[in-house]
Amino acid sequence: MKYLDEFSDPDLAGHLVEAIHAATTRPWAMMEVCGGQTHSIIRHGIDQLLPEGVEMIHGPGCPVCVTPLEIIDKALAIAAEPGVIFCSFGDMLRVPGSSQDLFVIKSAGADVRVVYSPLDALAIARENPDKQVVFFGIGFETTAPANAMTVYQAKRLGVPNFSLLVSHVLVPPAMAAIMESPRCRVQAFLAAGHVCSVMGTAEYPPLAEKYQVPIVVTGFEPLDILEGIRQTIIQLESGQHELANAYPRAVRAEGNPAAIAMLQDVFEVTDRTWRGIGMIPKSGWRLSERYAAFDAERRFDVAGIRTEESAICRSGEVLQGLIKPNECAAFGKQCTPRNPLGATMVSSEGACAAYHAYRRLDLVSS
Amino acid sequence: MTAELDFEAWTCPVPLRDTPFVVMGHGGGGAMSGELVEHLFLPAFGDAAAPGLADSAVITAGGARLAFSTDSYVVKPMFFPGGSIGDLAVNGTVNDLAMSGATPLYLSTAFILQEGTALADIRRIARAMGTAASAAGVQLVTGDTKVVDSASGDGVYVNTAGVGIVPDGVVIGPTRAAPGDAILISGDIGVHGVAVMSCREGLEFGTTIASDTAALHGLVADMIATDADIHVLRDPTRGGVAASLNEIARAAMVGVELVERALPIPAEVRDACSLLGLDPLQVANEGKLIAFVPEDTADQVLEAMRAHPHGAGSKRIGRCVPEHPGTVVARTALGGTRVVSMPIGEQLPRIC
Repeated sequence: MKYLDEFSDPDLAGHLVEAIHAATTRPWAMMEVCGGQTHSIIRHGIDQLLPEGVEMIHGPGCPVCVTPLEIIDKALAIAAEPGVIFCSFGDMLRVPGSSQDLFVIKSAGADVRVVYSPLDALAIARENPDKQVVFFGIGFETTAPANAMTVYQAKRLGVPNFSLLVSHVLVPPAMAAIMESPRCRVQAFLAAGHVCSVMGTAEYPPLAEKYQVPIVVTGFEPLDILEGIRQTIIQLESGQHELANAYPRAVRAEGNPAAIAMLQDVFEVTDRTWRGIGMIPKSGWRLSERYAAFDAERRFDVAGIRTEESAICRSGEVLQGLIKPNECAAFGKQCTPRNPLGATMVSSEGACAAYHAYRRLDLVSS
Repeated sequence: MTAELDFEAWTCPVPLRDTPFVVMGHGGGGAMSGELVEHLFLPAFGDAAAPGLADSAVITAGGARLAFSTDSYVVKPMFFPGGSIGDLAVNGTVNDLAMSGATPLYLSTAFILQEGTALADIRRIARAMGTAASAAGVQLVTGDTKVVDSASGDGVYVNTAGVGIVPDGVVIGPTRAAPGDAILISGDIGVHGVAVMSCREGLEFGTTIASDTAALHGLVADMIATDADIHVLRDPTRGGVAASLNEIARAAMVGVELVERALPIPAEVRDACSLLGLDPLQVANEGKLIAFVPEDTADQVLEAMRAHPHGAGSKRIGRCVPEHPGTVVARTALGGTRVVSMPIGEQLPRIC
């Protein structure tokens, strides 16, 4: 595909790897924020090509992984109600709630459908006026514009049987929370390219300045990631800590103004609990009062659902970059994609799932 | 900001171990399908079960070595670019027989029809079956039809079973994979799965890709005619190349090493998988086979495969190794390695 294949070229990748090696004089630890980047790094074996001591810490940027258990239990309760068509991105079907997942709810007779766009859910609502159609609107700033557009359209077109179960999360507050951690080892960030293509880059220079870390906006193909790493290392080696854009073909400083305007109309900032991390103030979006009528949490009686997360898994530490997935005692044993203990094992973008799917030979237990 | 964060008490939900109901993943051809057979069917069948690990069982009856196989077809939609459920029902079972090296002879056909399905659709499917059977040189010798009410079923389900004769001296099966074998594939990967997904409800996307459904026993016969000692043949249907290679690696307790740059994945399959968040190695094929053959005969077999219309795009994609038994490893284009896992259940499209 144009603009993708060119950025996977092995020969060009080799040049970048050489440049990274040439620029590196000592160990560095940097975090790739987005789960898509983690997936690509493990998928292509990019971390195996880096100089010894240059460590990629996998960030909290998997939307499935950080969606709180409580909202999943609410989703399960809504999906199980008669007369509901519950629509979701595919990943979310296997995320365990307290005792079930959406696959199990579906197998017991619920109408759970995988859609590729929230607008498809709106179309289903218009085709089924006697049903309540709910879309599970999760994710970062990347998935939010489409969800916002869908609610906007639902209001404009007057589709009263559509609602959105919202659990959006925002990247910059999470990066700040990570840097505030007393155990933080992160010396630089590869910022999430597609988040920046929506929101622009204005939020990052203050973070780079406050925490004295380079922040390099980075894409997702192998060459994008290697270039992001190269620019990061050059900054680290020279003691700089600035925002840089290594993904200019997709990211402009101002982001996508039309999407931002839509987001500001439909959503408002709220405190949000991140699975495995805890509550981070002002780190999420909920529907604004103007669109409250389309809020599934108000439409269905789920306010009473309160779920405590408790188990042995250390996904929180994985999400914080404090441990690698295989350093968890449950990894690959009690916890596998077939029986995920934690959300990081559920989504293919989750660090644990990426490790398990593309795990190194030395991790294979024979 | 961080005062509220709890950095020590990271917690996760109670694990979801087993489901009390059948879920869609049980039919995905991956680990969940395998677990259903291993943990439910085989123990329940008890002593009556004599399962093989191959696509078809080879049995001896009346002095003849027969290959015997059955498969049910529930593909949705029933018609897709390049074929229909009727083509699959004939070619799929013919191929299961061919993977034992058999010459397919006779097929049964059983239909479960949903009340209200258009007879014109049934006729179109039946005609496709007749055409495919004639092309494959097999006869449809017995059958059955059942109708379920409009609240049950989903259009048309087809089951076919087949028998064929395995030539003397031909022993092909997954346990014969051996270190030193070359691994060959008869053409492009992932074509059928992408063709079906491109017209699945709610997922429509434009592509010129058409299903690769085809009967492969002619190709197999040409391969056998080289006199090479073919160790394993497999048609990588549900679960794709990844599932087939993992099953072979585990059956023979050998390692499999793929070379990612050698995999014939058409740009359209790669792009569709990239958009949908799927792995081409896990996408279904319906007219392709994987062969494990001793290295010293690999070129000869490849030549025979390429001379056949269904094998024109044949390529060498890897080798069988003594290291990491039971595991499939791919060398990435960038020079790293990754393990190619057994798919679990259904492939889940990624969120973004």
